[in-house]
Amino acid sequence: MVQISLPQNSKVNKGKYFEDKTGSKNIRKVNVYRWDPSTEENPRIDTYEVDMDNCPSKVLDILNKIKNEIDPTLAYRRSCAHGVCGSCAMNMGGKNGLACTKPHAEIDGDIDIYPLPHLKVKKDLIGDLDGLYKQYESIEPWLKNNSSKETTEIFQSKEDRAKLDGAYECIMCACCSTSCPSYWWNGDKYLGPAVLLQAYRWIVDSRDDERKARLKKVADELKLYRCHTILNCTSACPKGLNPAKAIAEIKKMLATTNV
Amino acid sequence: MSAYNIIDHEYDVVVLGAGGSGLRAAVGLSEAGLKTACISKVFPTRSHTSAAQGGISAALGNMGEDDWRWHMYDTVKGADWLGDQDSIEYLCKEAPKAVLELEKYGVPFSRTEEGKIYQRPFGGMTKNYGNGIVQRTCAAADRTGHAILHTLYGQALKHNTEFFIEYFALDLLMKDGECKGLIAWNLNDGTIHRFRAHSVIIATGGYGKVYYSATSAHTCTGDGNAMVLRAGLPLQDMEFVQFHPTGIYGHGTLISEGVRGEGGYLVNSKGERFMERYAPNAKDLASRDVVSRSMSIEINEGRGVGKEQDHVHLHLSHLDKSVIEDRLPGITEAARLFANVDVTKEPIPVVPTVHYNMGGIPTNYKAEVLTVNGSQKIVPGLMAIGEAACVSVHGANRLGSNSLIDLVVFGRAAAKRAAELIKPGTPHEEIPENETQKCLDRFDRLRNAQGENSTAELRLAMQKTMQSKCAVFRTEKNLKEGVNEIRKTYDSMDSISVKDRSLVFNTDLVETLELDNLIRQAVTTVDSAYHRKESRGAHAREDFPKRDDQKFMQHTLAWWDGKISKITYRPVHNSTLTNDVQYFPPQERVY
Repeated sequence: MVQISLPQNSKVNKGKYFEDKTGSKNIRKVNVYRWDPSTEENPRIDTYEVDMDNCPSKVLDILNKIKNEIDPTLAYRRSCAHGVCGSCAMNMGGKNGLACTKPHAEIDGDIDIYPLPHLKVKKDLIGDLDGLYKQYESIEPWLKNNSSKETTEIFQSKEDRAKLDGAYECIMCACCSTSCPSYWWNGDKYLGPAVLLQAYRWIVDSRDDERKARLKKVADELKLYRCHTILNCTSACPKGLNPAKAIAEIKKMLATTNV
Repeated sequence: MSAYNIIDHEYDVVVLGAGGSGLRAAVGLSEAGLKTACISKVFPTRSHTSAAQGGISAALGNMGEDDWRWHMYDTVKGADWLGDQDSIEYLCKEAPKAVLELEKYGVPFSRTEEGKIYQRPFGGMTKNYGNGIVQRTCAAADRTGHAILHTLYGQALKHNTEFFIEYFALDLLMKDGECKGLIAWNLNDGTIHRFRAHSVIIATGGYGKVYYSATSAHTCTGDGNAMVLRAGLPLQDMEFVQFHPTGIYGHGTLISEGVRGEGGYLVNSKGERFMERYAPNAKDLASRDVVSRSMSIEINEGRGVGKEQDHVHLHLSHLDKSVIEDRLPGITEAARLFANVDVTKEPIPVVPTVHYNMGGIPTNYKAEVLTVNGSQKIVPGLMAIGEAACVSVHGANRLGSNSLIDLVVFGRAAAKRAAELIKPGTPHEEIPENETQKCLDRFDRLRNAQGENSTAELRLAMQKTMQSKCAVFRTEKNLKEGVNEIRKTYDSMDSISVKDRSLVFNTDLVETLELDNLIRQAVTTVDSAYHRKESRGAHAREDFPKRDDQKFMQHTLAWWDGKISKITYRPVHNSTLTNDVQYFPPQERVY
């Protein structure tokens, strides 16, 4: 049997324990991944006792409560607080999602909060998405239309516009890509579900003149065909989108189009 | 003296902020061949433009006859005549071009049967100078801001804009009244960066988070506005804070005006469509200040719904299922998540919620920042656009869907103006070291603050003061209390505590710096409100219920250096930009 040893700094230690100071009878334990790059220390799990009688319904509310009332050093991204900006994507109770839309009542027992899986961590719950953003750039996410005049709009039928539904809504939170085992393994080459969904969004836009070139660009055994229809992506998407289907559609188009 | 290593950069132009206006400016600047940096504290698509729902106004006439002059009239009236009509003319005339440009960039607008951009009715948008409703608001379902923001980011990538992402801007670098650049802190690795630029374009958005309940994101802290105050320059019309009629009760999430545009309406505890009493013609599609005030009166007079009778209901279950599915999918999701409501069966509980700042950094229609020093002057090297700016096209009250168009029209205007003023590659002047030192001293002081007040406590105190003393209805008494209370909170900033001393993603320090920015704007907001003794647009004084054009047909300018505040006024422009349209003289404002 092969022995795989992980680097020393990947070991997660037991961290600090923050006891409740409010005297509340309704306490939940919240375990949060912590890592500070400015120390030499390994990552740790800090545990906070949180008074649930005075906490609104979402996981983000718990984090805000910890930051405001218990431990201001906790670092996480957050912004709009209603599921449109995609900042607060993280792993909660073992599943990726947006902290601002995830009800904590859906998590049984202690609440475990980790960064999105298989990303480099910048600090605490803040993952490094630079690689994913570079991949997004690589699919050239802008309209390529050679014929249009400046003074008129490009007409698009309702039916053609409907093809973009389910794709343009993506908020690039990366919940899907970081839930995908293929992306964990080949994230440097496989584009992953988030970026492929965006590639699809431009491929099927009837206004775009470069459909074939776009298809050709992703027709690569690593970029596209590392998708093995595991469907974690679709299960993880907090916006209810279906990246797996979009990937399947791209494969289907490649099978039936001469690029 | 605080010692930090500084990494220097030189650019023709620095754009601060990567929301709708910042990205549009960056695209234009790159097209013009100017070396441009775009700095943002969040990744561009996380900016709050993404939360705009209903649409972007432009007199395209896709859904019936329209004219940019009608749009202009509506905007002037919506602004309660506090807008500058030269700027409003520019906005409305350029709007159709700007929307078509967005469409070319790839924005997935909803479509009409003929395949044109779909337009919906919106509050205050009328035909033929107030005679009937017009469909002028271009929409991508109810996710228009999201669609525009992501598309503009794609365009910026296309034009190879240089981004500095998750950099937190600290201060402007000024020399002899001119802006020469800015200093920012890179959250990714903790380094300090000094950007020299011939022009800095501030596109940092609004400061909704001075209030307790706002539709604004956590990051809407008006950092650019505060940098301008610290540079000794004024902010304009800060008393005009828009309360959106339909924020979800208890959570503050925005429910688009598009719901009423598509036929939704508000109902009180007696089951009355009460807007019919307050705005017999426009009803639920009166301008936002009018609807928010009407709702507050209903609630104050005991006709609110719920256990506390402190909100009203927004009905849309009578709408066709297909309308809800095709045009309002986003708010359907929001209502389910944050109000536990199925909109096809039940009404949404809503309450007026802080949403937009009409006030901000004073500019002309070319986006150049203005100050008054003896007489009105342009501040060389400094521009402002988007919600951060006060052009002023929104005056005392902004119409729904006029903000997205403001972003792209003036983002484009700023890039055009910068291209006229700056020759690519012009050498940079030295900036005096003491500017850098002043900035880093404040940074270092807050980073090492060891007082007894936590950032969260002080932020809450500020938000509660603003919410109770400077809300929909205002009086001399509660504003005076607000003026005093907010100063107490400001003074408590001397004994603030920061627990995290690190430099990489120190969000404790970020939030403290943001609070230091917010509180300065809170002071100028309540000061400006206290001094405006009239009611106009979003500023409703119970003790001065009428508009007073004799005394207050003027923009408020507010300075605040941390100790001494100064309020002065400058006249509202009383002419248009060209002869294509006549000046609209003040009238009584009824909907």
